[in-house]
Amino acid sequence: MTTSSTPLKTPLAAEHEARGARMVDFAGWWMPVQYRGLKEEHVSCRTGVGLFDVSHMGEFRVRGPKSLETLQWVTTNDVSKLAAGEAHYSLFPNEDGGIVDDLIVYCIKPGEEYLLCVNAANIEKDFAFVKANNRGADLVNESSDWGQIAVQGPKALTLLDRLFAGNGNSDVKPSEMKAFTHKAFAWGGTTVILARTGYTGEVGAEVFVPASKTVQLWRELLEKGADLGTEPIGLGARDTLRTEMKYSLYGHEIDDTTNPYEAGLGWVVKPQAKDFLGKAKILAGKEKVTRKLIGFELTERGIPRQGYALLSPAGETIGICTSGTMSPSTGASIGIGYVKTEFSANGSEIAVDIRGKAVKAKVRPTPFVETSLTVKA
Amino acid sequence: MSNYQLPEDFYYTKDHEWAQVDENIVTIGITEFAQEQLGEIVYLDLPEEGAKYSQGESFGVIESVKAASDLYAPVSGTVIEVNQSLAEDPSGLNDDPMNTGWLIRIEMETEKELANIMRAADYRKLIAK
Repeated sequence: MTTSSTPLKTPLAAEHEARGARMVDFAGWWMPVQYRGLKEEHVSCRTGVGLFDVSHMGEFRVRGPKSLETLQWVTTNDVSKLAAGEAHYSLFPNEDGGIVDDLIVYCIKPGEEYLLCVNAANIEKDFAFVKANNRGADLVNESSDWGQIAVQGPKALTLLDRLFAGNGNSDVKPSEMKAFTHKAFAWGGTTVILARTGYTGEVGAEVFVPASKTVQLWRELLEKGADLGTEPIGLGARDTLRTEMKYSLYGHEIDDTTNPYEAGLGWVVKPQAKDFLGKAKILAGKEKVTRKLIGFELTERGIPRQGYALLSPAGETIGICTSGTMSPSTGASIGIGYVKTEFSANGSEIAVDIRGKAVKAKVRPTPFVETSLTVKA
Repeated sequence: MSNYQLPEDFYYTKDHEWAQVDENIVTIGITEFAQEQLGEIVYLDLPEEGAKYSQGESFGVIESVKAASDLYAPVSGTVIEVNQSLAEDPSGLNDDPMNTGWLIRIEMETEKELANIMRAADYRKLIAK
């Protein structure tokens, strides 16, 4: 018997292994990090359709007459604004003004029923957090009941229409849905929830499917999307895709100590609309913010990585890199990080301490690339 | 399991470098296994000619899109040649890590140190784990 804990498997683990993906233990889950090659997969998603197994993510159901009151207290965004079929990005704040996790809140029925989608690595922490601060809602951790497949890319909506158009509770096709809306569709003898959300910067959807039907949906998407260049994508490319968009990743840009305002997430904090856990601390922290999350590009050779110090032109430490990579789309060396506010303007010259060498960089506007989502918007 | 080329007359390290010994001149590279694990290599930091390293000391850095890894000297010695074509285009390392993708040549201080690193049979066992 082994004493080390065995990683959990999503319903698609065997599919990934059969296709020759390289599997790794990611946050306690046995996940594909790469299929054919990170760059190739990255480009597939930017030009065709990328399929991502995101079944490891957590789903919580929040029901009952106290569901809205509870969510208003435990999240920072204004849940009362959500109509049925709408969703928004939000944060779980902690008592000290930091961030427990980031999440998406899906409104099934206003004031009565909501679905929350949280990070895989934080499922237990998050559920304990909501439970501890519950104001009388009925809470169910449904994480193991659901598979989840993200379908992302400039041709993703064509593929989604092929599977789901005509099967919804109205005539609206997936391609006609607005960003951050969701809808139930009949498919394969069951019901899936299709949400026009994602983490790549491309148009597409995240599809919640019952765990037992996940393999069937995965295979059908690959089969019906073959002519659109549909390819499975590993976690490696998922990370470079989100980095090119400057989307935050918990454990990199945000954690238990981050004030939402310094992370550029003030747009999902609604102190005028409501009271919420840690509100006074978050607002006090906002007044004391001395650093800002920025995107930067190296102007000399090298690759920035998480944890590298960011420097002023004079060589003093002014911040820290939270994510970095060579952009598979442009070949540029790009990074995300915190710097002192006076160095945060676009065009500011900074440097990255790469193994003891100050490599020059410039603060620049983000996202780092144009995508089907940004060009359309 | 892939079939890696592992010449019997090469030496190998636990950090997945290979060393081809020709009298006191040692050519150093990374194994196909290492190349495959790293994925697309996009950046290489190699030393200058004349730099001296002890066995096990880091002589450079290799980076894929995803991560940076140190390169370690299989034996002690002085760098006498650096593969310049890789400095310009590190993707050559993915194509042929065992031949044209060599990294540096060093003048070995003592062949006694070769006893501290592996032959093909032991390295094959290491990567089969």
